Amino acid sequence: MPVESLFPRLEPLLARVQKPVQYIGGELNSVISDWDSAAVRWCLMYPDAYEVGLPNQGVQILYEVLNERPGVLAERTYAVWHDLEALMREHDVPQFTVDAHRPVAAFDLLGVSFSTELGYTNLLNALDLAGIPLYARDRGPEHPIVIAGGHAAFNPEPIADFLDAAVLGDGEEIALAITEVVREWKAEGSPGGRDEVLARLAAGGGVYVPRFYDVTYTADGAVDRVTPNRPGVPERIAKHTVMDLDSWPYPRKLLVPLAETVHERFSVEIFRGCTRGCRFCQAGMITRPVRERSIASIGEMVREGLANTGFEEVGLLSLSSADHSEIHDIAKGLADRYEDDKISLSLPSTRVDAFNVTLAEELTRNGRRSGLTFAPEGGSERMRKVINKMVTEEDLIRTVSTAYTHGWRQVKLYFMCGLPTETDSDVLQIADLARAVIKAGREATGTRDIRCTVSIGGFVPKPQTPFQWAAQLDHETTDTRLRKLREVLRNDRQYGKAIGFRYHDGKPGIVEGLLSRGDRRVGAVIEQVWRDGGRFDGWSEHFSFDRWMGAAERALAGTGVDVDWYTTRERGREETLPWDHLDAGLDRDWLWQDWLDSINPDGAEVEDCRWEGCYDCGVCGELGTEIQIGPTGRQLLPLSVV
Amino acid sequence: MHYAKRGRLRFTSHRDFQRAFERALRRAAVPIAYSAGFSPHPKVSYANAAATGVASEAEYLELGLAQRRDPKEIAAALDEALPEGFDVIEVLETAGGSLADRLAASIWQIRLDGVTPQVAAEAVGAFLAAEVVEVERMTKNGLRKFDARQAVIRAELVDDPGPFARGSDPVLPPCAILQLVVRHVTPAVRPDDVLSGLRLVADLMPPHPPRVTRLAQGPLDASSGEVHDPLAPDRSGDGSVA
Repeated sequence: MPVESLFPRLEPLLARVQKPVQYIGGELNSVISDWDSAAVRWCLMYPDAYEVGLPNQGVQILYEVLNERPGVLAERTYAVWHDLEALMREHDVPQFTVDAHRPVAAFDLLGVSFSTELGYTNLLNALDLAGIPLYARDRGPEHPIVIAGGHAAFNPEPIADFLDAAVLGDGEEIALAITEVVREWKAEGSPGGRDEVLARLAAGGGVYVPRFYDVTYTADGAVDRVTPNRPGVPERIAKHTVMDLDSWPYPRKLLVPLAETVHERFSVEIFRGCTRGCRFCQAGMITRPVRERSIASIGEMVREGLANTGFEEVGLLSLSSADHSEIHDIAKGLADRYEDDKISLSLPSTRVDAFNVTLAEELTRNGRRSGLTFAPEGGSERMRKVINKMVTEEDLIRTVSTAYTHGWRQVKLYFMCGLPTETDSDVLQIADLARAVIKAGREATGTRDIRCTVSIGGFVPKPQTPFQWAAQLDHETTDTRLRKLREVLRNDRQYGKAIGFRYHDGKPGIVEGLLSRGDRRVGAVIEQVWRDGGRFDGWSEHFSFDRWMGAAERALAGTGVDVDWYTTRERGREETLPWDHLDAGLDRDWLWQDWLDSINPDGAEVEDCRWEGCYDCGVCGELGTEIQIGPTGRQLLPLSVV
Repeated sequence: MHYAKRGRLRFTSHRDFQRAFERALRRAAVPIAYSAGFSPHPKVSYANAAATGVASEAEYLELGLAQRRDPKEIAAALDEALPEGFDVIEVLETAGGSLADRLAASIWQIRLDGVTPQVAAEAVGAFLAAEVVEVERMTKNGLRKFDARQAVIRAELVDDPGPFARGSDPVLPPCAILQLVVRHVTPAVRPDDVLSGLRLVADLMPPHPPRVTRLAQGPLDASSGEVHDPLAPDRSGDGSVA
């Protein structure tokens, strides 16, 4: 059936909205394929505004990988802002892709990438605008298969009713595998309808189809069991891990938007995974093991990426970029190569050590030295031991002083508030640290012209981490604690003016906590919030705590559980967690022991398995993966002059 | 450089064009000169960019190069590197003088869907008959009141919008097409200010968003109301690539 472009109907509406450029597509390197000759058609969605969603690395990689495959077409869609939403509803224009402006409902698959749970209401809104039934069970053979991925998919239970499927881990290989299953099923004439294709996807063990599992609850409200309700469906669903990053050199042709977006640079992932063992960090737990991209492959991707995009900034991405086994040669090699080309290099590393400063120095050789960020995460030595981020006060002060003496005037220190066992005193020690940093910096540089900004995020316990059993701190206590810290900093006559303080109130963290560790009953809350007008919950100006709490009260009535039960309650070892059937490879007993070690003052410290030997977290054994790191001993060759 | 902003790319802002253009300079390996200083930026001066939502066949900018190059090669390389819809029409080596000073007036075409030519003609007649038409517009410095009449040299209805002003979306009949010659003054009088004026003098309220295209800009012949080619002084032989 021919599918026509919605653009002629959309165009008159665009004259009446803010930033219409975000809806027109036309990005450099975007791909428009013939609809009729494609056997499998994917629509990829990042459920936030275009300016946030366009640069998303995951979506860009899948877009390219899928479009390269013969017979496969992939387009993108993003959340539309309120102004356009209202016009689309008024004029009956459905959710569209930005590539060829095709209706989202016409695709075979709708893949949605969730880096954060706060995009859930945007998913519901997009489904509704697309004319796709909200509930997976109400969809027919004519509707797309709605699949979630991204970090939040490691507990998709709160949106389980709205999803046909979810996948865990790296998307490249599984997206192609799903494509082949759908291609085959369509080629056979779509036998057995929607149920059949979902059953085929589930049978492989790598795709979670929520409605093939029944959830029962215990008398006290916790999940009792999650059991397959049909034959041929696995008990547990495993995450996907791409090995040998060098054989997946994506993105090659990064999309270059016409609109301004949050990241305007060519980014290359220099490795995936992190085994530093920070207990709060979901990303570090669910992306194991560490797999490096080689220096040669990084050099080639940067060369090709800059030529294809014209960007003037290169980002070397990973969870802790200073940890790449050849990071110094990479940094030096790229800095040498682009010394005369006005290309700036950035390395989002927040490691607190002198090596990080050396690296930053190399990368900013001929550019700005505006600011450097370090993340001690915990204000007190005790707190840093709880989270297994072993940085001493001495280390921190020495590192920051080095940064000041090497020309940085502005240093940002990142901490968390609300960590397990935390007291007011732990948080107030952040002030002591900041003062010590300024004092040492003034002594080292002989100038008062240095600043540090203390930036604080509220801790939200995440699934698949040792803190998945922890109680989240209520928002009132979080706010009180941070007010005390602010007072101390503000009243400091000697150093207060040199210390900036940034924090957000604790309320959004409670909603994030509800969505992170929620079960299927939380789906009703999300739906209610969306019906009450909730959209763009990741944006402080659109987020409404009261809307969420009001919706939760209504939607959870009669369940015996409430928001506190999901957030500020500590869980016991025996309780079935809503995501226990979703396998990130981490051994549950290991996670439990790590949790005990964290709250025990004499508990063990976890070293990094890249350098100190395996401590049996379970991932490599369970999933058949291995650590892949250098050094390769190679150098970046200078590019020949064109 | 003379370039156009066409089709759906009319929804880009001037800043969007600037970013795309500077990336195109790098991809096309144009030996652009950089300003001196702490954060060097490429030497490009933009003049009179058309507003977001407005298409244009007549945008101009000046480039400073670090090496002498064949303007035709630069034109071809940049046209290739720019997204479709930002189209390079001509590049010439300047004969000197300020380009901005040569851009004294613009010809605008406004497609008014849902308005009959007769109603539009009456409104234009009333507008031209007035000495002063004071309109209001929100600017960075708040609501500003100014005259939209004096800057309008000519205003008339035309039959055919031409290929560029027609656009990709279907015309919603009836349809009136208005052509304006507007002098560049301060504060600028834009096509939407003239439309505000038509509303004030004749209650003209188009039911659909007007579709605006700049057809030309350049030196103004005040007596004939004609707008001439601003690159004429730079032209030696035929430098056109389009």
